[in-house]
Amino acid sequence: MSSSARRQALTANLLSRMPLWREADARARRLALGHLDEASDAIRLAQDYRLLAHDLARVRTLLPGTRTREYLEGAYARAHVTLHRGAWRADRALISLFRDELPAAVRWLLPYILWCTAIFILTVLAGYALVHEYPELIGLFASPELIATVERGQLWTEGLLNVVPSSVLSVQILTNNIVVTLFAYCAGILFGLGTLYILGLNGLMLGAVFAFVGQHGLAKQLFSFIVAHGCVELSVMCLSGAAGAALGEALVRPGPGGRSESFRIAALRSGKLLGACALLLVGAGLIEGYVSPNPRFSLATRVVIGVGYWLFMLALLSGRLFPRRHTVS
Amino acid sequence: MSARLPELTVDSVTGIDVALPVAGAGARAYAFLIDWVIRLILGLAWYSVATVVHNGDLSLALPSQTDARWFVAVVAPALAIYFLYHPVLETLMRGRTPGKRMAGVSIISRDGSAPGVGALLTRNVFRLIDSLPLFYGIGLIAVMATHEHRRIGDLAAGTLLVYDTPASSTPAAAANPAAHARFDVVGVELVSELLERWPLLTSQARCQLALQLLARQGLKTDVSSGADEATLHAQLERLVASSAPRSA
Repeated sequence: MSSSARRQALTANLLSRMPLWREADARARRLALGHLDEASDAIRLAQDYRLLAHDLARVRTLLPGTRTREYLEGAYARAHVTLHRGAWRADRALISLFRDELPAAVRWLLPYILWCTAIFILTVLAGYALVHEYPELIGLFASPELIATVERGQLWTEGLLNVVPSSVLSVQILTNNIVVTLFAYCAGILFGLGTLYILGLNGLMLGAVFAFVGQHGLAKQLFSFIVAHGCVELSVMCLSGAAGAALGEALVRPGPGGRSESFRIAALRSGKLLGACALLLVGAGLIEGYVSPNPRFSLATRVVIGVGYWLFMLALLSGRLFPRRHTVS
Repeated sequence: MSARLPELTVDSVTGIDVALPVAGAGARAYAFLIDWVIRLILGLAWYSVATVVHNGDLSLALPSQTDARWFVAVVAPALAIYFLYHPVLETLMRGRTPGKRMAGVSIISRDGSAPGVGALLTRNVFRLIDSLPLFYGIGLIAVMATHEHRRIGDLAAGTLLVYDTPASSTPAAAANPAAHARFDVVGVELVSELLERWPLLTSQARCQLALQLLARQGLKTDVSSGADEATLHAQLERLVASSAPRSA
């Protein structure tokens, strides 16, 4: 018997397994959509996967460039993706994110957090010193309306609730803060310079405005306004700056895997922090809308709220909000 | 045959690599447009219904002054539907959205598995960059410039968009597979390989392997273990020939 005849026989036998391929493909499609008839279907998928792999290897040799190969490649790929999709539950994934992945990301980012906090504090001091020495420079950091209000001996936050309801104010503030935080992170793609720019600019503005209101005897009122929401809001600014700086360093000093791989690893690790930052900013926005502009809250109450929320942030970032259950053997 | 799409090749435990066709800018744009229409409709639907309920009549008139209840119950949820559509649905549907499903694409990790929550959220955070300056300009340039058609968000999250379905339909080659279903393919392969190596084997090995393979196929041999090789060879060739396709 010639080799071509044997090849023909093998091909015929392969094609005779078409019903098995169709069955396997249908099962993979059903499972991919979550339509599970029986538990045995899931077990059968593993067998299907081996069957399809075997037959595909033969088809690649015997029938290259045919529709049979294309079909089998697709069926095999679908079985692979379905099989590797695994069991998944949103609640467990979220708990795992907050209990394990987030604290790990924070530990990895700790040096960046410390550096970014130091840079932020330095820029606050620099902004303060600049406007303290040269008051006319406040025009670089604040709007003419804000300057005029302070020069009249008032804070721009006074009577804010008479203009905008707390709920509207909260949503506007938290949306703005989240966008700024995410931009500070994403700007790390400019080799970290974008992140440092946003971080530095915010620090300079804060210091400059504090110096300016201090010159008009309003520093205590501004502190009283900021303290309830600012502890977390400013910390989140440093956290997102740290995440952006990590991205930047991955691009400036890539590891052995190359720039693209380093960027991916840094983004995946640090990106987890951003979800927590966004959640924390929702709370900070609500405080800024309901507590900060409300004169009925005393300074002590505001400090308690601010420090309490900041401690909550620490517990969230360290994973202590979702401790593991210890089993007794 | 359709034009070959760029493929992501993934190693598999079976030793046979998996080729996943990567979706390009067209499929991405198609899926995005469908999703955009869906979220726009959902957002507007919420806005309209909630406004009617809030106003207590069929008017869609805005409140004369900033109204906290109207803002919280009408505007904020509508904006949330529009802006959180992608991160929420991609997380819940594990890399899919209604638009992606209709376009026949889904997000996967570079190892072929479903992406995790962290990867999906990271991918969505970078929409801020990809959407700059207008109409996903940076994202589109990145998709066209990268080999695997990945935008910045995909590069950051280690994901990419692949087609769910193969380009071809079921082949018609096996029009009558039942006619060829007598022997299992592995058995025929083994017989075929034995015949190819026949001259290289010792006489004892030829007979032993031939008898084992014929027994595996459930065929009664008309020769004993001491049978002559020529008879066994002929029987093996008949077996392979009988599994070949018959002309109509």
